[in-house]
Amino acid sequence: MSKAMPKTMYDKIWDHHVVEDRGNGVALLYIDRHLVHEVTSPQAFDGLRAAGRPVHRVDSIIAVPDHNVPTKDRNLPNPDPMSTAQLTALEANAREFGLDYIDMTDDRQGIVHVVGPEQGFTQPGVTLVCGDSHTSTHGAFGALAFGIGTSEVEHVLATQTLELKKSKNMRVTVTGELPKGCSAKDVTMAIIGAIGTGGGTAHVIEYAGPVIEALSMEGRMTLCNMSIEAGARAGLVAPDEKTFNYLKGRPYAPKGGQWEAAVNFWKALKSDDGAHFDKEIVIDGSQIVPLVTWGTSPEDVVPVTANVPSPDDYADPAKREAVEKALEYMGYAAGTPMTGFQVDRVFIGSCTNSRIEDMREAASVIKGRKVADHIIEAMIVPGSGLVKLQAEEEGLDKIFTDAGFEWRDPGCSMCLAMNPDKAGPGEHVASTSNRNFVGRQGPGARTHLVSPAMAAAAAIAGHFVDVRNF
Amino acid sequence: MEKFVSVTSIATPFPRVNVDTDIIIPAKHLKSIKRTGFGEHAFETVRYNADGSKIEGNVFDGPKYKGAKILIAGDNFGCGSSREHAPWAIAELGYRCIIAPSFADIFAGNCVKNGILTVALKQEEVDALVLAAEAGHEIHVNLNDQTVVCQNAKYEFDYNPAHKEMLLNGLDEIGQTLQAQGAIKGYEDKQKLMTPWLFRG
Repeated sequence: MSKAMPKTMYDKIWDHHVVEDRGNGVALLYIDRHLVHEVTSPQAFDGLRAAGRPVHRVDSIIAVPDHNVPTKDRNLPNPDPMSTAQLTALEANAREFGLDYIDMTDDRQGIVHVVGPEQGFTQPGVTLVCGDSHTSTHGAFGALAFGIGTSEVEHVLATQTLELKKSKNMRVTVTGELPKGCSAKDVTMAIIGAIGTGGGTAHVIEYAGPVIEALSMEGRMTLCNMSIEAGARAGLVAPDEKTFNYLKGRPYAPKGGQWEAAVNFWKALKSDDGAHFDKEIVIDGSQIVPLVTWGTSPEDVVPVTANVPSPDDYADPAKREAVEKALEYMGYAAGTPMTGFQVDRVFIGSCTNSRIEDMREAASVIKGRKVADHIIEAMIVPGSGLVKLQAEEEGLDKIFTDAGFEWRDPGCSMCLAMNPDKAGPGEHVASTSNRNFVGRQGPGARTHLVSPAMAAAAAIAGHFVDVRNF
Repeated sequence: MEKFVSVTSIATPFPRVNVDTDIIIPAKHLKSIKRTGFGEHAFETVRYNADGSKIEGNVFDGPKYKGAKILIAGDNFGCGSSREHAPWAIAELGYRCIIAPSFADIFAGNCVKNGILTVALKQEEVDALVLAAEAGHEIHVNLNDQTVVCQNAKYEFDYNPAHKEMLLNGLDEIGQTLQAQGAIKGYEDKQKLMTPWLFRG
């Protein structure tokens, strides 16, 4: 008898969830977990109602508002009637269909991609979807997690499945040891800078190597979160003792005798030796430095010590044109040094960087210092009410507010500016979020993606600095 | 879902690379709980000045490409957010087909659900179609044969066979999947034994 073909972790999770093989790599795939928020779900629930269809498995769902929620004055009426309508619709739909619903006043409320792991809802080996592209975050646990559109949200609600074509396997190995002053955000930005925003298209990326193994669970979440920025369908990290320790005792985690069985099942998920990857990238982690984006695409990454590039640096005419357009939007000339470049506003938060370790990373830089006078607003938005409580227990809120930061309630906030948290036209924002797209943080706003430590340092200095010497 | 068999039309050239779904429809317009009303905000930063007036000569509003049902786009079109509001907005502008060197995965999937065909061609083929679109030539896209024909040029494209069947027949995908209810139930019965911790009580 011949030995079974070695499989990647993605192959294993995929195979384990095939309900029906439909040929040519297409399968009806079972979905274990579904996170629902207010922006991409109302039309899906309407579709169910119109067709008279029930939700197939209510125990597979957590619904929680995050995109639109105000991050202050929650006791006051929401001034935006459109936001109110969306938030009200989520609650009404959750009640009507009998879903687990976490409302805005609950300490567990927060960004879906912070809440899922925190509640132990995200587990190794599951398929997990959400109508949000940053669902890739949950791959940090070895879950096959990806964003879907509203029609697919409806499809999963009604059938617990999706018909999908299998992606290709890609492995990104980060070797060596991450230098001091760098965090998971710099790792993911370094990867996107190297492979580009289309580098992972049609692939699922498995992250491997000593730098990834050394990352905490929260660091792995930051890493997997931005897989979508490299165009990948999902990111994955093999579950290990850190994963199991993180999950143990959380509300949705396996209990009693099921815990051991689950851990044994999870341990078998990692890629087999000799498994085939269609694409392999190796990055020397010891060469990673604190990074900042200069343009309007997450691939527009430079070391903070470098200068803004010039269109002449690129041979590809489409890329040259994109660089010219980006420079025009960002309002500076090629060759401008990033260090010393003035920042107008600072945002620390988002599903990329709003967990307790991000708060601690920011606090370690901020402690005993003050936000520079000309900064219009420096805002810290924890990813969930539980993160907020933990930070307050550690006295981090005091460090932030003493320095002149605003300490807000949890939500997506200025990452995409759907609520009142926005940047003004022309303002340069040091932001720990994931997308520096045109207008993302407000019409005309100019976003620079950075790590929490780099954002904190920029707020204090008033301009970008190399946090390694700050 | 609306069927897609073929389309013949002039085309709008918009070959910018890495056009993300925030450009297609900015987040501030995602607050509607309906599927309609997004077209007027589609490509807002390309079409409108900060004061709300139309940008002169933008390809989406001028007379030159009026009535175009085909959009010729740049590489990695539709990257970023998973918002299905992006294809909803594009459909409201009248487009039934988008041709580009590549598409972001989630965006392409969302297009299928809305009867929009995404055609991936080689960069040089897309470049040629941009010129043809600018010259006002009609382009014929046929899903049955998986061909794009313009003037004397004919290009073939690959397409997911499952999606092809859905588009050609305008199938209700959920209704189709529910025909596999027995298999789904069978899968769940097996999983309740293998991974019981994923099921409640």
